[in-house]
Amino acid sequence: MAFEGLTERLQKTFNNLRRKGKVTEADLRDTMREIRLALLEADVNFQVVKKFVKTVRDQAVGTDILDGLNPAQQIVKLVNDELVKTMGSTDAPLNKSDKIPTIIMMAGLQGAGKTTTTGKLALKLKNEQHARPLLVAADVYRPAAVDQLVQVGERIDVPVYQEGTDANPVDIVRRGLAQAAENKNDYVFIDTAGRLQIDEKLMQELSDIKSLAHPDEILLVVDAMTGQNAVNTAEGFNNQLDITGVVLTKLDGDTRGGAALSIRAVTGKPIKFVGQGEKMEDLDVFHPDRMASRILGMGDMLTLIEKT
Amino acid sequence: EKSRQSFGKRLTDLFVNFNGVDDDFYDDLEETLIEADVGFETALQISEEVREEVESSRASDPKVISQLIVDKLVALYTRNGRAEDNHLVFAKEGPSVFLFVGVNGVGKTTSIGKLAARFKARGRRVLLAACDTFRAGAIEQLQEWGKRDGVDVVAGKAQSDPAAVAFEAVKKAREEGYDLVLIDTAGRLQNKVNLMKELDKIKRVIEREIPHAPQETLLVLDSTTGQNALTQAKAFLETTDVTGIILTKLDGTAKGGIVLPIRNQLHLSVKYVGLGETVEDLSPFNPEQYVNGLFKDLISNRIEG
Ligand SMILES: Nc1nc2c(ncn2[C@@H]2O[C@H](COP(=O)(O)OP(=O)(O)OP(=O)(O)O)[C@@H](O)[C@H]2O)c(=O)[nH]1
Ligand SMILES: Nc1nc2c(ncn2[C@@H]2O[C@H](COP(=O)(O)OP(=O)(O)OP(=O)(O)O)[C@@H](O)[C@H]2O)c(=O)[nH]1
Ligand SMILES: [Mg+2]
Ligand SMILES: [Mg+2]
Repeated sequence: MAFEGLTERLQKTFNNLRRKGKVTEADLRDTMREIRLALLEADVNFQVVKKFVKTVRDQAVGTDILDGLNPAQQIVKLVNDELVKTMGSTDAPLNKSDKIPTIIMMAGLQGAGKTTTTGKLALKLKNEQHARPLLVAADVYRPAAVDQLVQVGERIDVPVYQEGTDANPVDIVRRGLAQAAENKNDYVFIDTAGRLQIDEKLMQELSDIKSLAHPDEILLVVDAMTGQNAVNTAEGFNNQLDITGVVLTKLDGDTRGGAALSIRAVTGKPIKFVGQGEKMEDLDVFHPDRMASRILGMGDMLTLIEKT
Repeated sequence: EKSRQSFGKRLTDLFVNFNGVDDDFYDDLEETLIEADVGFETALQISEEVREEVESSRASDPKVISQLIVDKLVALYTRNGRAEDNHLVFAKEGPSVFLFVGVNGVGKTTSIGKLAARFKARGRRVLLAACDTFRAGAIEQLQEWGKRDGVDVVAGKAQSDPAAVAFEAVKKAREEGYDLVLIDTAGRLQNKVNLMKELDKIKRVIEREIPHAPQETLLVLDSTTGQNALTQAKAFLETTDVTGIILTKLDGTAKGGIVLPIRNQLHLSVKYVGLGETVEDLSPFNPEQYVNGLFKDLISNRIEG
């Protein structure tokens, strides 16, 4: 089943409506229902959808949109603008410290893409700013996690600080930072093990690393295919760590990526980058407008509307 | 096991608090299903069917109603199964081959590590094949699992042809009398045509060496995945003729509700569930337990509220 874009959905509702001429309360309800469905199909969390639809409804009622020309397109534009607004209207760059090194800590659920994103970001800084990053291997739990980061480091020609798997992650970070100071690295990335936000012991470990390292940036890495649970994850990590930003991975797939809206809505933290593939170059800055079109399944629809 | 028995009881408690099943209950049921990633349409359908069943049975005894709801939900899961039992199929003689497929980071390699230990404990000679030659550290990860489990691993060079590694593994299994070969593949998103074709090639190589193999092609799904899991299941079913699902990361707060529409529409059943990162954290799928997990919150909220 191919997802139907919001525009097509609304078009149907409004075709019926046009024959009658006047917009009733029931029509408004139908319209909101279509918006709700479109967002749910895109995996936006259902509580977030509720609030969002209410906001849109209030706005639609407050204007004459529904009585005007092309109400379907007007509504889509309204929804789109509100989505863009919610997801943050401007692109958010990586934080940078006044003195070196800038410390960036990665966190997230298992398999989200932390280690891969660490490599991608380090390469980006290296290419764009001639940065000299150091990667610190603080995942001592997942089998061969250290090997993975070491190989990532080799691929992008960036050094990795590692002590194998016998040391405590907090101690590894401490000694990694010492090494970075000695070598005058300007960026330090801390790759942590994946963990559930309900795992108190491992969440405490992240807090301990944070207290020690005082990161300038704590990035929550989230799989773009995540469903309703995105809010629990985001809330859990944000409550524990007060994250500074989000990276959305695996957007090269065909998911609608409603998690972006959910996460932004519950944390208020900016989505800074998106992962677009497995290769080290496959990282882009986040564009709220593109994400909005994607969630709504619109493709180039908006540019069309804009022209009319 | 513990939660499974208490579910019926908890549901019973729920109905003690009110006289019948009211509209609110169906709204809550629907919302609970949506929040579990069942998808809007399936949620609506289930809630309708439960309502019909409750109304047509004219049951008024809370105990009867609650049991009816549990049964209905379990029946909804089981009715569309291709094979009703979740046993894995083995070759009548010679080595069996299980191929593991799925998108990136879902838990393929870990599930292999867990299953290998399970089958080894039952006396089977297990061989692992490291056919993820692409991702950094993937070969080492499988080798580490092989070491933990005490089973042999066939691996090639990083970036080498995965089909060649698969060939080597099944050949070795046949020649050296292994019972079971578990083949790890690189994660791939279902919209990447070339990578999906590569799976097909791996499969053909296996089949050429051992007719009727692979006996199982297991699609690994991450329970935190939303509606895209259905798209995944469709695409992998099409290219690799998936025989069953392993649903991972159910130890988290995600419910993996997407397996309900997958079951309804594609008739694919879940065979195992992943419940953590250690070797013991794998269980055969149990529909009743699963349904229980889906409604845990609904039940407890109702009791509290
Ligand atoms: N297609 C695609 N795959 C990605 C992307 N980012 C990461 N991956 C893949 O997702 C899988 C998991 O990535 P990792 O970087 O190992 O994830 P992690 O969060 O470090 O995992 P753990 O350390 O086990 O918690 C790997 O197969 C990566 O290649 C992306 O943007 N697109
Ligand atoms: N909590 C939890 N974590 C799991 C489970 N299964 C796997 N993981 C973790 O999820 C992450 C990814 O698991 P892998 O086995 O590497 O996944 P994969 O599908 O082989 O990943 P790629 O090969 O990169 O596509 C690792 O950190 C695992 O420890 C599970 O059932 N529960
Ligand atoms: Mg990692
Ligand atoms: Mg793997």
